[in-house]
Amino acid sequence: MTMQVEKLMHAVFFIAALVSIIAVALICIFLFANGIPAMREIGFLDFLLGQRWAPMNSPPSFGIFPMIVGSIYVTAGAIIIGVPVGVLTAIFLAKYCPAKLYRVVKPAIQLLAGIPSVVYGFFGLMVIVPFIRTYLGGSGYSILSASILLGIMILPTIIGVSESAIRAVPREYYEGAVALGATHERAVFATVVPAATSGILASIILGVGRAIGETMAVVMVAGNQARVPSSILQGVRTMTTNVVLEMGYAYGLHRGSLIATGVILFVFILMINLLFSVLKRRTNYGS
Amino acid sequence: MDKMMVKNLDLYYGDFQALDDVNLAIPENQITAFIGPSGCGKSTMIKTLNRMNDLIEGCKIEGEVLLDGKSIQELDVNTLRKRVGMVFQKPNPFPMSVYDNIAYGPRTHGVRSKAKLDDIVEKSLMDAAIWDELKDRLKKSALGLSGGQQQRICIARALAIQPEVLLMDEPTSALDPISTAKIEELVSTLKKEYTIVIVTHNMQQAVRISDQTAFFLHGQIVEHGTTAQFFSIPQDKRTEDYITGRFG
Repeated sequence: MTMQVEKLMHAVFFIAALVSIIAVALICIFLFANGIPAMREIGFLDFLLGQRWAPMNSPPSFGIFPMIVGSIYVTAGAIIIGVPVGVLTAIFLAKYCPAKLYRVVKPAIQLLAGIPSVVYGFFGLMVIVPFIRTYLGGSGYSILSASILLGIMILPTIIGVSESAIRAVPREYYEGAVALGATHERAVFATVVPAATSGILASIILGVGRAIGETMAVVMVAGNQARVPSSILQGVRTMTTNVVLEMGYAYGLHRGSLIATGVILFVFILMINLLFSVLKRRTNYGS
Repeated sequence: MDKMMVKNLDLYYGDFQALDDVNLAIPENQITAFIGPSGCGKSTMIKTLNRMNDLIEGCKIEGEVLLDGKSIQELDVNTLRKRVGMVFQKPNPFPMSVYDNIAYGPRTHGVRSKAKLDDIVEKSLMDAAIWDELKDRLKKSALGLSGGQQQRICIARALAIQPEVLLMDEPTSALDPISTAKIEELVSTLKKEYTIVIVTHNMQQAVRISDQTAFFLHGQIVEHGTTAQFFSIPQDKRTEDYITGRFG
């Protein structure tokens, strides 16, 4: 009887594990089966490096270079804004924060992670966009707006992972440093934080993954013009927003090219995950 | 000449009294050993000498510790720790190169010149009797070394800031016998330049290397005196029981 229950449960666990693997496999098959032929039809280089996105023209052009650049710009912007704030917050939480304050700050940050992206989008639309329009000019729908918004959105990821990395650094390093007459600041910044570098890098990579894949919040504040921007105050379209904006009415090669955009995004994410696992493997502190 | 003096020291972790009216003189250029069973307060005592207990929440200290006749509470804590260096039970080299480990202290205290740092690193490694083994591997990570080498790196790192007193909290308890012998030999040579306090679990080690021995039990010093006298003619019954292995 127990043997049978055990076998049954074994099967249940196996099927449960299989579900996610099947999901990933199906997504890959779907993406590549639809995206690769479209890319081949457009021409791989014309697709990747084409400057012009005009799917409704005749003849149409399907260059997603502006979107690749757009994704890279807003992600880089998010990193520039989010990483310093996030890493410093993590250091504060792990090494400076009084216990009382921690009980307030930590749940607040966790709450930040739970806010739906459309709500972030609204916040961007109602606060960040008008702010930039008023003080920096332009329409406000811009790389800068998207970067600020994404910078805030990746904070919980960066703070959470960095904080655990810093906390995982053996206490002996800190003690060794202060025993040499180092101040708390020097012990933290010259010993503990460097020892947590690979974990902090991992948090940044996860943040990049989050930023590059974000769609809803970006579509609401980025302006969405499909061209290579020349200023951070100009609007920009990312790969994700390109798909979501046009998928509703696209058919034929246009539809295929949008799926192919998804393929490129997927490849970006794969590379990021690969980098993440390499760094994770390097996170050991010796014997 | 006494380098450090402990006067009427009581130490509490919260409600628990870990040290009870400790009085002790630590003579200059000698090796003072603290012995006693686990939990007797010997490690707590040594950590009090460079105020590492400050890091522990709920730790309260009454009484006085003097360094060259001056209360250590009145010294800036970082200056105190520069003058009173420490080597820990578990080797704890930083996850950086051998060179950067040794240079960490001097850099902390403002030495920037490359030539000067090179000199300090070389001298410290020589003093720690590990220069010959490591002179070609200065840029390699200190974490790749053996436990014994790591511990001597930690000694060199402590020597690099030229402390006056060197505290060693069971420095060989995590090491093999050969590394232990090397470190004991090293410690004996270091007393020419430094005042050394060593906590040890191992009575034979105290006999081999120390000049003074203090025996801790339940947070009190039962007996202390010169090592020769301490082990040959113990004054207290408990000392005799401990050193003859009747408990502990």
